[in-house]
Amino acid sequence: MESQVLKVTNFSAHFSGNQVVNNVSMKVAHNKVTALMGPSGCGKTTLLRCINRMHELIPEAGVSGSILLHNKDIYRMNPILVRKKIGMVFQKPNPFPTMSIYDNVIAGYKLNGISLKRDEKNRIVEDSLKKSALWNEVKDRLYKKGSFLSGGQQQRLCIARALAMNPDILLMDEPTSALDPKATSHIEELLTELKNNITILLVTHNIAQAARVSDFTAFMYLGNMVEFGLTEKLFTVPEDKRTEEYLSGKFG
Amino acid sequence: MTDGKLVFRIIKDRLFQAVVILFSFAMIVPLFLIIYYIIRNGISVINWEFLVSLPKPMGDIGGGIANAVVGTAMLVIVATVFAVPLGVCAGIYLSENKKGRIAYSVRLCMEILQGVPSIVIGIIAYSWIVLSMGTFSALSGGVALAIMMLPVIVRATEETLKLIPENLREASLALGVPYSRTIIKVIVPAGLTGILTGVLLGIARIAGETAPLLFTAFGNPFMNINIFKPVDSLPMLIFNYATSPYPLWHAMAWGASFVLVVLVLGLNIVTKVITNRWKVRF
Amino acid sequence: MAISFLDNNEKDSIMLKAAVLKNRLGSETSMREESQPEQIRASFLSDSVFKTALNVSAVFMLLILAGIFVTLVLESIPSIKAAGFSFLTGKTWDPVFREYGTFVFLVGTLVTSFLALIISIPFSLAIALFSGEYFRQGVFSSFLKSAVELLAGIPSVVYGFWALLILVPLVRTFEMKAGIIPYGVGILTASLILAVMIVPYSASIGSDIISLVPSDLKEAALSLGSTRFEMIMKVVFPYARSGICAGILLSLGRAIGETMAVTMVIGNSNLMPENIFSPANTMASIIANEFTEATGDVYVSSLIEVGLVLLLVSLIITVTGRYIINRTSMQQ
Repeated sequence: MESQVLKVTNFSAHFSGNQVVNNVSMKVAHNKVTALMGPSGCGKTTLLRCINRMHELIPEAGVSGSILLHNKDIYRMNPILVRKKIGMVFQKPNPFPTMSIYDNVIAGYKLNGISLKRDEKNRIVEDSLKKSALWNEVKDRLYKKGSFLSGGQQQRLCIARALAMNPDILLMDEPTSALDPKATSHIEELLTELKNNITILLVTHNIAQAARVSDFTAFMYLGNMVEFGLTEKLFTVPEDKRTEEYLSGKFG
Repeated sequence: MTDGKLVFRIIKDRLFQAVVILFSFAMIVPLFLIIYYIIRNGISVINWEFLVSLPKPMGDIGGGIANAVVGTAMLVIVATVFAVPLGVCAGIYLSENKKGRIAYSVRLCMEILQGVPSIVIGIIAYSWIVLSMGTFSALSGGVALAIMMLPVIVRATEETLKLIPENLREASLALGVPYSRTIIKVIVPAGLTGILTGVLLGIARIAGETAPLLFTAFGNPFMNINIFKPVDSLPMLIFNYATSPYPLWHAMAWGASFVLVVLVLGLNIVTKVITNRWKVRF
Repeated sequence: MAISFLDNNEKDSIMLKAAVLKNRLGSETSMREESQPEQIRASFLSDSVFKTALNVSAVFMLLILAGIFVTLVLESIPSIKAAGFSFLTGKTWDPVFREYGTFVFLVGTLVTSFLALIISIPFSLAIALFSGEYFRQGVFSSFLKSAVELLAGIPSVVYGFWALLILVPLVRTFEMKAGIIPYGVGILTASLILAVMIVPYSASIGSDIISLVPSDLKEAALSLGSTRFEMIMKVVFPYARSGICAGILLSLGRAIGETMAVTMVIGNSNLMPENIFSPANTMASIIANEFTEATGDVYVSSLIEVGLVLLLVSLIITVTGRYIINRTSMQQ
């Protein structure tokens, strides 16, 4: 028995006249990993940024169609509220360089001016760092700057930062593309653990990664949603010829 | 291609290099001479008494420059209070609105303002403030210095914030942090070192300025801490004493020069240390 | 395994799930949600206030500059009315007889500045080549750089004071030996101290520009068998020419606007200078000397008009220099 957290219907996005995402519909299931893959420039990152309403920060950007989060249209909500409910992890790890590891984890509260009690803060920090499998590595240096961690650790810190806000869904934009293979496998392990508690939408251009970690996969090409379904099915018996070609490495 | 010609070319090459080195280091001679005279003549007058006491009437031995030290501090504070908030805000505006007509004009305007002769800025502060208040004042001097400081601060803020990676802003916005808080709590702290450097360089630039003070802060042989009254300042005191015919006052001017040069060069050194030490790692 | 979420008509079930999910997140979260509408309003308000503050301060910069021009022009009107165009061409400046001709000061300014520029060019070019081409790194280079920065940091009034007490007697001795009237003060002294003051500017711009010359061009010249001197003459200078000129223009702009050091050693004479040893006055030094003592509207207004002319002359030079620099660095 599953349910959908996010529902994208007939959604299009453009900026300065270029249609980047073209009439896309998809759904993201509760507590599953949904992968969004495709060659670079296919619009997957734009779609992801639209879900967090980050796309509109670019001047001359516009969207049409609807994105429902728990059946509420996020484009009828305040973008700040949307971003609080939807966590995001970026391609390049981006911990706040002026903050300690501890402050980085609760940055969402701190920066929004939400005051928490001391022990509440401690609990959130410990929980989030444990969830992102970073606690054991940093518990003795919580008050050091986050930017002195390794790339993989920084990325897990960013995941902890997103998790600390208790998001309804976690968006990840190629979270391993800037990391070495070892750190990548670490993050992938983490994803499979995380999905017991949280819904994840993962953008990747790495076919193998999509196959390894996701339950559902969407394949986008030139702004269009070519195919969307169970990962197993999409990888073994793809319906669309383009999916087959992409999986067999014919393009991209 | 005879050997002789080659030798000649090589000699010419070496000669040119020697001339470059010679002329480069020739510029150090005036620097050393200036520093040497300031130290030799300055050190002998400087003591605690010199820094904390007021000037004595002409002919009396002793006395100090306390009024000028306090005056310079007041002028710098007034200028900083006016210029820093305005300059930092304008700098943020420029880094946030990289393109656009206003941003372009503000950038051009800053370049022009940087090229305005300091004496002209003195005339402006005179017309704007001294005339309307009817008296020379520390306030008018501070405003004149603030106008001189602005381009430095605006530029430093803009250049610093430009270097901050875009993904930092996105990280904050993605957490649902409003725009204003993102700028104030994430972007500005990340660029604080650069902004602080700009402020210190701005202070170093204005602390030694005399021309804009001639008919604004004017000078004052007595201690004054009222910003609506004329004040003395180190550069004004040096100018007044230096152009007097009395060797006793020249000695005071050397002492004041020493203090001023130490202050200005000290600010430059502090700025360098800050830039190297506190650099934020991204 | 039924993929029920692919079914569109499951609104109720989803709402239920959402409610359950919300519950699961705990009381702390829901408390936050309750207080959110207010918070959001507050943050939007502060966003717009913040953006307005930024806009206002940016526009304020424009207003300051506009205000400077408007003020100067307005305050110059009495003088413009009184003297008209002869203000620029008149050779007599005699406030007692209400004669305000500034041609002498224009000449004084230009002669002093250009002389300073000519004296400074060999030195600033040498420093630019030293730290931009010959010794890019190393102890000597950083020593020279710090020395030049020190020079730039010394206040103008200190230069003037030093020149008055050290340089003036030196020039006087020289003039006595050469059989010229030994004023000591005058155009040459002012130009000498100005030259020292502007070297840091042209040198640092010059070395930045010279170090921007692509190394493959230089290597190409060297690989063809040219000496370093020939390479500098044939490749570096032609490539960096406009940038170096811009640096020189900018330092000229500084020299023209420089007030204190010049005022202290130029001799303050309102007569037309006969040669470079004569005392004179520049536009900046006449304002510095006479502004506080000026009585009468036209006298003050004339001095302000001198300021306006000074501003325009130095702006034309600075803006041209900046324009060239921006264009060259854009090409890189």
